[in-house]
Amino acid sequence: MTSEIIFYFLAAVSVITALMVVFSKNPIYSVMWLIACFFSIAGHYVMLNAQFLAIVHIIVYAGAIMVLMLFTVMLLNLNRESEPHKSLLTKGIATVTGGMLFLVLLAAMRSTQLGAYASPEASDAGFVQKVGMVLFTDYLLPFEMTSVLFISAMIGAVVLAKKEKH
Amino acid sequence: MSIILFKVILIVLIFLISLGLAAYATYGERKVAAFLQDRIGPDRAGPFGLLQPIADGVKMFLKEEIIPTVSDKFLFILGPSLFMMTALMTSAVIPWGTPVSIGGQNFNLQVADINIGILYVLGVVSLGVYGIMLGGWSSNNKYALLGAIRASSQMISYELAMGMSVVAILLMTDGSLSLNAIVESQGEGKLYGFINVSGMNWNVFYQPIAFIIFLITAFAECNRTPFDLPESESELIGGYHTEYSSMKLGLYLFAEYINMFISSAIIACLFFGGYNFPGIEYLSNHLPQNVMSLITFVVLFGKILFFIFFFMWVRWTIPRFRYDQLMRLGWQVLMPLAIINVLLTGAAITFFGN
Amino acid sequence: MQLTNRSKVVTKKEMSFMEKLYLPAIVSGLSITIKHLFKKKATLRYPEVTREFAPVYRGMHVLKRDEQGRENCTACGLCAVACPAEAITMDAAERKKGEENLYREEKYAAKYEINMLRCIYCGLCEEACPKDAIYLTDRIVPSEYARDTFVYGKDLLVEKMDDRIDVSKRKKSYHID
Repeated sequence: MTSEIIFYFLAAVSVITALMVVFSKNPIYSVMWLIACFFSIAGHYVMLNAQFLAIVHIIVYAGAIMVLMLFTVMLLNLNRESEPHKSLLTKGIATVTGGMLFLVLLAAMRSTQLGAYASPEASDAGFVQKVGMVLFTDYLLPFEMTSVLFISAMIGAVVLAKKEKH
Repeated sequence: MSIILFKVILIVLIFLISLGLAAYATYGERKVAAFLQDRIGPDRAGPFGLLQPIADGVKMFLKEEIIPTVSDKFLFILGPSLFMMTALMTSAVIPWGTPVSIGGQNFNLQVADINIGILYVLGVVSLGVYGIMLGGWSSNNKYALLGAIRASSQMISYELAMGMSVVAILLMTDGSLSLNAIVESQGEGKLYGFINVSGMNWNVFYQPIAFIIFLITAFAECNRTPFDLPESESELIGGYHTEYSSMKLGLYLFAEYINMFISSAIIACLFFGGYNFPGIEYLSNHLPQNVMSLITFVVLFGKILFFIFFFMWVRWTIPRFRYDQLMRLGWQVLMPLAIINVLLTGAAITFFGN
Repeated sequence: MQLTNRSKVVTKKEMSFMEKLYLPAIVSGLSITIKHLFKKKATLRYPEVTREFAPVYRGMHVLKRDEQGRENCTACGLCAVACPAEAITMDAAERKKGEENLYREEKYAAKYEINMLRCIYCGLCEEACPKDAIYLTDRIVPSEYARDTFVYGKDLLVEKMDDRIDVSKRKKSYHID
């Protein structure tokens, strides 16, 4: 019963903060709402007894990625005056794209079956040891592929950052 | 006594100790600074100036509260609150001593023994940067913004090396992330396998490189000299808290000392055996359990106080880094060193079996 | 042109590995600072403890009286002549009958003023005085808010009968004969 209340509370927080990300006028506030949203999602992980995932989610997303986002937004100093003028064509294309995405989401939602809340079984699947075992046995290939992807991204960043020799 | 009541008492106690210690750390800092410079330091308020922190606190509360008109008011207030909150949250996973027994029931002297203990610390520490960034940005002042930018890039850079240096420790404790398990593993076994002193099997004897990396990154995470670029008063006035006044400034300064206290506690737990001390086995066989808890708590506190002193000692010895030196140290020295250390530790454990 | 042979050529030599580590340097720095922790502190706890003046300290002036309490000064003006800052002015007057217990000789200073803002405390007045009348003491001229209060008259300069000022230390340092 308690877990159900917490679940619905977290779910509501997730949805509301996610909406606030979109509706906030100030980009800094958008970033802040997104961080709050990440926290509520981390809360969901904790509810599923996946503490490791929850804390890694916070460290990686809230602690590192969002800091960089905030960093960029702060330096850009976005406000109404400096906003670039968008042509009618851009606006039209944006509307069409957004509408299509909305349709896809709607279709996806139509086919999902909304069930009642079922509290998750107590398991240690989300603990560090279990996650590590699974990662390095069943999902070894995807895991290594991801690391290759990261390395290529890193090399790309280094190449971009390196000064051109004249 | 129910476990919840015990935890509430423990949390309140730790909260009070953190705040009290932070208050007296300001006094300690001034005294240490004075002694290291052949001065006496504050000695007017009360005997030896011991009431100085109270006078400072009253002053902070009574000062005029100034919020710049062009600042973002909500974020301006949120900044110091967040910084203080994250500083206080970290203490939840630190084991303060051996379990106490109340009415025949054993209670751990730890608020939450979660199995991701050290990751929780890293996570909360990584959130601490928001307090600085929001405060610096919402002040609408270029010095504050520069301080905030420096703080965030510095903290992100050094977090990686910090995490990597901790990995080597985790490898040594059979992959357990719980701080309690890490501390307990340092209390048993013989040092290097043959020196038989109970409670002396500290990680620092196996992982000196990891210790040095962790120490340096802890300095950087606490924004302490030689890494105090975010608030370097000779360049940026006050850095991210340039525009702050009254108790909001007090919160920033206070939280810095709490961070110092917590990082000292974590250094003590990870590398210096936490509450373990030589001869703990002999004493625990001869003394009642609760007395033992008290002794272990005092021992841990002694270690923490030493590291706080060390923080201050370094502050009055080493000058501030230049920004490019800071980044080079973080990325080109500490980070590869930490990775090599992890590799070496892993190899040593695989081939020599501990 | 070479002025001295002490000049050194600046070289930026490559640091050795140990120097690049910086840790030995940091440790030696830490040991230096920790040594200062145990050194004697230079601070004086001021209101309770005051710093001792050197015997040759030159502070506020005093116009001396002799053993019977008569003013030594005869208003000869040598101090005013000797004063490089021209801080001293005086008016002379003749001693009347019945004033023998006030002034030692027939001529005395009716007015004697030293401008403490002009005075450079060089002590030349003291050296010029043939009558042992003026001395610089180890008292400090107190600070004030207005400039005119710094012109000290006889009321402030002549020593009080019940509060004689000891200048034996200064006498010793100057009159060796």
